[in-house]
Amino acid sequence: MSHATAPLIEVRDLGVRLNTSRGPAQAVRGVSFALRRGETLGLVGESGCGKSVTALALMGLLPDSAVVSGSVRLDGAELVGLSDSSYCKLRGNRISMIFQEPMTALNPMHTIGRQVAEPLRRHTGCSAASARKETIALLDRVGLPDAAKRVDAYPHQFSGGQRQRITIAMALACQPDVLIADEPTTALDVTIQGQILDLIADLVEERGMSMILISHDLGVIAENVQRMMVMYGGTVVESGATDAVFMRMGHPYTQGLFRARPRLGARKGTRLKTIAGTVPELADLPAGCTFADRCGIVEARCRVALPAAVGVGAGHDVRCLRTDVSMADAAGAVRV
Amino acid sequence: MSAPLTVPADSAAIAPGASPATGFWRRALRHRSFVLGAALSLLVLGAALLSLVWTPWSAYDIDIASKLHPPSAAHWLGTDVFGRDIVSLLLVGARSTIMVGVIAVGIGLTFGVCLGLIAAARKGWTEELIMRMSDFTFAFPAVLSAIMLAAVVGPGMLTSITAIGIFQIPTFVRVTRGSANAVWAREFILAARAAGKGGFRITIEHVLPNILSILIVQATIQFALAILAEAALSYLGLGTQPPQPSWGRMLNDAQTLLFQSPMLAVYPGAAIAIAVLGLNLLGDGLRDLLDPRLARER
Repeated sequence: MSHATAPLIEVRDLGVRLNTSRGPAQAVRGVSFALRRGETLGLVGESGCGKSVTALALMGLLPDSAVVSGSVRLDGAELVGLSDSSYCKLRGNRISMIFQEPMTALNPMHTIGRQVAEPLRRHTGCSAASARKETIALLDRVGLPDAAKRVDAYPHQFSGGQRQRITIAMALACQPDVLIADEPTTALDVTIQGQILDLIADLVEERGMSMILISHDLGVIAENVQRMMVMYGGTVVESGATDAVFMRMGHPYTQGLFRARPRLGARKGTRLKTIAGTVPELADLPAGCTFADRCGIVEARCRVALPAAVGVGAGHDVRCLRTDVSMADAAGAVRV
Repeated sequence: MSAPLTVPADSAAIAPGASPATGFWRRALRHRSFVLGAALSLLVLGAALLSLVWTPWSAYDIDIASKLHPPSAAHWLGTDVFGRDIVSLLLVGARSTIMVGVIAVGIGLTFGVCLGLIAAARKGWTEELIMRMSDFTFAFPAVLSAIMLAAVVGPGMLTSITAIGIFQIPTFVRVTRGSANAVWAREFILAARAAGKGGFRITIEHVLPNILSILIVQATIQFALAILAEAALSYLGLGTQPPQPSWGRMLNDAQTLLFQSPMLAVYPGAAIAIAVLGLNLLGDGLRDLLDPRLARER
């Protein structure tokens, strides 16, 4: 945070329109953020709120039919509208991504060594022998036991946690500047989750990367990122420093998410709180606030237009017209 | 995470199973239809190879004096209307059958797989164009395209091979494109793209290896279809030309003598049936054996 350097990655007013079978869907609207080297950002939200689409837009991996607007700058260079062949040179080299499902993110037909070495061979043009040496060192670094011996094993010979370590090694092979982790621990056992997140955190610090961590788990976000953005219906409804957001939740949706999380130590028979209703169809978003239909304190004016983001603290923005009421509620939300 | 027993659960390595190759053969030998299919296919292959070095009689020498002999010690299955030894004809016929199958499937496989992979990788109008073209080709029966081809360049083995090969292309295009599309939708493709790989490399390194087993199975089945098509074309006089023996040709010759010596039609018919049955069983067996879901269950 202390570096007074220019942002490494700067996203301004990012919008993504997907062409679905039910017509065009505005999957992401007006997402803006900037990350300096070494900073970490969390994206939280329910399924279908635009987290992964945002990530794929940054990677340039959206289907050809998707329309991306706004601007994504990596070290000052514009990425939106970049040709695929130029993007190929960045992906895996300067921006990398870790995926949700380690069970399917590795090709079952190739040895893990080959798959980890591939980005190395491709981007750095090093020889097979030195790529192999580097691969073993990487696998060793991500905590794969007996890396030198197991480098020629196939993905099905590893457990889920080990495979996630391998995909991390793959993503980090070329020392990327930006790492996007899309629900990296969702498919893993709880016992492994902590280990993997710690590993990612260590590597991010060790290599001075910027990280965007995507999760639907507030706990994961709370412990792993400096800043967070809460997404709903393709828009960022709240953003700010992680501590500030958790301390003074400004948006009714953030509060709802927080209340809905299951907790240890709750009395037996306590029903989990839920947010009534479902995420709106992206192909058919309401005109006003996307959360209006599920919001407890909704007013007529909420349904007129998408509320603008208002600052409720230092670098803490909330896209809500009723922050006066919601912020007063927030104290209660944390206590509950 | 402060439980007293912090077992590093993911550090326990799963024991690497037996090497994939030995596992495959162990399962293969237990698979009945695979073993039967392989045996029948090898029988046909063996017959073809044997004919290269030895046949009881020459398959080309006409000996009208000893025509239509019943089976005897000299001619194990008798002789045909030109006095040629049936066993020798069947052995040499196996050779042309296999040649037709190999070349025709080779043509279909080469062009079909390339086009199918391009269609799956490119999508958009490229895919439309390739698929509509293969629909167009598919709409012509093989026999019809062979007749057209024969009308232009004259009948013969080469004509029938080419016609059958072209007829096989659309099948391979469809199978390849369908299964390649399924692979393209898998997450490791996204991961490969995230690692900076382009469409061509992903196709060669990730898509093709993952659909290979499907293609092998399809190729064995198409081989059987090619044999049937060749027999049909030879029977119609559009395929292998005399004096080159072929099973379809033998059926054609036997037709006029069906009431005089019906067994003349039975032998080549049985040979065709054995070859087709063997290849189909082999294909079925391979489909079971190469299915990765089954391979995992060790």
